[in-house]
Amino acid sequence: MSCDDTVDCGRRRLLVATAAAGGVAGVAVAVPFVASMLPSERAKAAGAPVEVDISKLGPGQMMTVEWRGKPVWIINRTKEQLDSLPKIDDQLADPKSDKNMQPEYAKNETRSIKPEILVAVGICTHLGCSPTEKFKTGADSGIAPDWPGGFFCPCHGSTFDLAGRVYKSKPAPDNLEIPPHMYLGDAKIVIGEDKKA
Amino acid sequence: MSKINAILKGTLDWVDERFPLTSNWKAHLSEYYAPKNFNFWYFFGSLAMLVLVIQIVTGIFLTMHFKPDASLNAAGVPVAFASVEYIMRDVPWGWLIRYMHSTGASAFFLVVYLHMFRGMLYGSYRKPRELIWIFGIIIFLALMAEAFFGYLLPWGQMSFWGAQVIVNLFSAIPLIGPDLSIWLRGDYVVGDATLNRFFAFHVVAVPMVLLGLVAAHIIALHEVGSNNPDGIEIKKKKDANGIPLDGIPFHPYYSVKDIVGVIVFLMVFSVVVFFMPEGGGYFLEYNNFFPADPLVTPPHIAPVWYFTPYYSLLRAVTYPLFGIDAKFWGVVAMGAGTLIFAFLPWLDRSPVKSIRYRGPLTKWLLSIWVVGFFILGFLGTKDPSYQFFGFIPGAPVAQLLSVYYFLFFLTMPIWSSLDRCKPEPDRVTMK
Repeated sequence: MSCDDTVDCGRRRLLVATAAAGGVAGVAVAVPFVASMLPSERAKAAGAPVEVDISKLGPGQMMTVEWRGKPVWIINRTKEQLDSLPKIDDQLADPKSDKNMQPEYAKNETRSIKPEILVAVGICTHLGCSPTEKFKTGADSGIAPDWPGGFFCPCHGSTFDLAGRVYKSKPAPDNLEIPPHMYLGDAKIVIGEDKKA
Repeated sequence: MSKINAILKGTLDWVDERFPLTSNWKAHLSEYYAPKNFNFWYFFGSLAMLVLVIQIVTGIFLTMHFKPDASLNAAGVPVAFASVEYIMRDVPWGWLIRYMHSTGASAFFLVVYLHMFRGMLYGSYRKPRELIWIFGIIIFLALMAEAFFGYLLPWGQMSFWGAQVIVNLFSAIPLIGPDLSIWLRGDYVVGDATLNRFFAFHVVAVPMVLLGLVAAHIIALHEVGSNNPDGIEIKKKKDANGIPLDGIPFHPYYSVKDIVGVIVFLMVFSVVVFFMPEGGGYFLEYNNFFPADPLVTPPHIAPVWYFTPYYSLLRAVTYPLFGIDAKFWGVVAMGAGTLIFAFLPWLDRSPVKSIRYRGPLTKWLLSIWVVGFFILGFLGTKDPSYQFFGFIPGAPVAQLLSVYYFLFFLTMPIWSSLDRCKPEPDRVTMK
């Protein structure tokens, strides 16, 4: 831009400065509107830990409880089911649970505190459907002739084993999340809290 | 009589001095010259506008009774779900208004898909109509958003889990994804906050955007003029008054022709509304007659039919690339599958526009693409483990067709310029 008889550079500068200030003000006004769509204080406050009594959960049984609006599964695995876990390591995407999908105390072969009791968030790590339990083994499961039992996501076909570990070449990228949890005595679990008391 | 005419003329003159009524009437209707050889395929633009009006009018009346509230009522049913049942059972004629709205959603996509395919057949996206086409693609995207937001409102099982899956698509974006999906939901799970904001988007924000885009689409069309089944420009041959020799005024010629289309359309529409409003589970899915349950995903979830081809593209990607999860690339495939249409004006290098004068290569490749699109759509309604005739696995077929879907577009610059085209006529033909 050259300043001559037709262009008044003083006015141009004023125009540019005004437009810039107006633009900044416009962006600043957008902030409260965008922020208003974030979770409200009430939504953030909801999410208290849940206490569950598992005394009636027999071997091979599963129960579902709600924590932060999500299904959390508690499964009492049988001896055979536990024995099947190491055999399928080569079919899994993350058999050693290297990705950070569980608290440190559940980073083990069974992905649990007590070997037989699995506590997992029943939400597929792909797009958030809740997988269906497929505990029947073999061809009866309708999945594979050598199916050792586990979970099948109806939405996009991801499969998980009985420790919530995801199979290879499936849409879901990660193992199921293990929520923070701890035991209050033998038959009571708290989900959502894991302070070492 | 002449006195009444004089008063009418005086009134019109009075208005015209203050508002361009007559000049707009002429520019867009009585002196908008459209090619005289429009065929069957040219019904769907005006039908799409008709459906838009049906959706807006029925939608206004539905909002008078619907409550976007996910909390449970005294009977333990979510208020939103119960209010839809209330519309169906207790509101006088509520069932009709709601079925018109739900059938209208499927009808909207049907006519828009046919309208888009017309553009692909006759090269309506080619220069100088690129912007009309791009406005059209944005309308298509806005329509998908509108359908998606609306589908959550009845708060049934499919509403809930469909929204859960689609919002989670955004969490696949590296770095910002998880926070972005929380921002979209307004909560850590799909809940009351999500329902309320989807209601706002569905009834206010997206419809306004749609109306603006439709206006832009038509203004751009009337600036450059309509294409036609021969794909040649009627503006190249004009008479002494500057009127295209092959053009006829939109009103009354095409306004009357479109009325025929409207009547046939309304007959089909009425059959669906009165006799098969659920469309065999494709227009209203059976699982959506159960209230939303955040703890249980229905054993089989699939989107409504108009989303299923893209849903198949999403599911087809099962391998991670460049260290990013497969789900991110699935989302990319789905997004690219819809956006790639916008690039057609530049991908197509054929010397002719219309399918009538294009060679066998184009006809074959396009036919296979259409069949592939239908099969992808069919597979999208099925379980991932579906097998054709009980032994051909569907998943690899979907992957193969997904690759073809994109190759068709990406290699278009090559095959469209190689094809043996026939010479275009000078003037439009009436066949």
